[in-house]
Amino acid sequence: MKRALLATIFFLILLAIWSVIVQLKIWSPILLPSPQSVGEYLLGAARDGTLLQATSVTVRRLLVGYLIGIAIGLPLGLLTSASKFVEDTIGVLALGLQTLPSVCWIPLALLWFGQTESAMLFVVIMGTVWSVVIATDTGVRNIPPIYARAARTMGSRGLHKWTKVILPASLPYLVSGMKQGWAFAWRSLMAAEIYVTILTGFGLGHLLHYGRELHAMDQVIGVMFVIVLIGLLTDKIVFAPIERFLHRRWGTGLR
Amino acid sequence: MSLQEELVGPPPAKLIVDHVSKWFRTTRQTVHALDDVSLNIGEGEFVCLVGPSGCGKSTLLDIISGLEVPDQGTVTADNEPVLNPGRHRLVMFQESALFPWLDVTGNVMFGLKLKPGLTNKERLEVAKFFIQLVGLEKFSAAHVHELSGGMKQRVALARALAPNPRVLLMDEPFAALDALTREQLYSDIQRIWQKRRKTIVFVTHNVREAVCLADRVILFSRNPGRIREQFDIPLPRPRDINSIQLAEHAGEITRALKGHSTGEVSE
Repeated sequence: MKRALLATIFFLILLAIWSVIVQLKIWSPILLPSPQSVGEYLLGAARDGTLLQATSVTVRRLLVGYLIGIAIGLPLGLLTSASKFVEDTIGVLALGLQTLPSVCWIPLALLWFGQTESAMLFVVIMGTVWSVVIATDTGVRNIPPIYARAARTMGSRGLHKWTKVILPASLPYLVSGMKQGWAFAWRSLMAAEIYVTILTGFGLGHLLHYGRELHAMDQVIGVMFVIVLIGLLTDKIVFAPIERFLHRRWGTGLR
Repeated sequence: MSLQEELVGPPPAKLIVDHVSKWFRTTRQTVHALDDVSLNIGEGEFVCLVGPSGCGKSTLLDIISGLEVPDQGTVTADNEPVLNPGRHRLVMFQESALFPWLDVTGNVMFGLKLKPGLTNKERLEVAKFFIQLVGLEKFSAAHVHELSGGMKQRVALARALAPNPRVLLMDEPFAALDALTREQLYSDIQRIWQKRRKTIVFVTHNVREAVCLADRVILFSRNPGRIREQFDIPLPRPRDINSIQLAEHAGEITRALKGHSTGEVSE
């Protein structure tokens, strides 16, 4: 309770500083709108449905791309950890492509898929897959060897070993890998939505982009605010409880 | 196989270690871990391997379990060569090696589930029986992180006993425990071993522990790992680690151990 109160005070102070700077009129309100006008924009956009519409379009793209990314990345990561050949080929490819900022996929996606949903998905998937591959691979490699030895003496091998020992043993790493993958997917999607103009759906990135085109700074900041909020909520509501559970059960990362 | 048979178990195995040698090669050096080690272990015998660290005693245990392959020589369990790990020879490690994603019952069930010829209901019965045998029936639904070090090793013992192996291999299982917990476990191990005779090979560097548990203590020396001497321990059971007769036997072995290590220094 006390922590919540302190945090609230912190954010109220931030808001107050913002207000004071606006009052001082150092920058024109076109460049730095007041908290009130951003709030008014958000309220209006929420009322007329644009915000909800854009958020649902964006979240849908994110979920689809992210899930496809995991469905590809997870098995690939298991393969790179299991086979030297796959490690030397797919593993190196993943390592290289992971360093490529996902914005760099946009020109290629546009030329291959045109201004379509597919281009959008492609960028998100490319942004997700490689980091999931690497996190999965790291996870499996970090399993204490004693687990595998114990399992072997009890007669566990092949598919049984993978499903009953290696996957559960690496679960904490897999989850942090998925969290990282989610962060990459989110960044990729925002980049894609800002750069790729398509008619099939108007996402948060587009709102942000048109905010700039229209010189509507209240919209720009308001949408940024929503993007941050979605990221924060996902972390707090989806990942944090899973991580807490795993840490407790695995006895790791206790504070 | 009936549940009753499952709980009583097959006869313990005879182990023959025949001229086993093992080298570990790294880029910087080659370690001669075991040099021409031969050893016969009788059915139901409790043997302790004792020696300074690096004498190859744990390596020998790994070879008997099938986790490691010898460079020379063979290991035979009940007239069958040991080529792979198998559930007739189960291992208890120094760290408990319990799976944190399973509760106590789940851990004890792990090996049982890999054993054919049992219904799941029977497996659960067997698991319960062994959890009770190690005195943890109140903790059957507890998770690994909730257990103390001693309790973890009890679960590991139950997990190793449950699939009814013919040989139990123990690699310094009590080394990380405090003295009081260890003493409790010595009496538990003796009680369980008398009830369910298994062939046990127990690795330790603690001479008193070895004398307290073993029918026979095998003393190793290092560089390269060899058997130096063997001691029969004819003391009646159950043994108390603090008894005087036990201390006398331990003293004899300790002197032999020190003699070898000082001998090595002067070499």
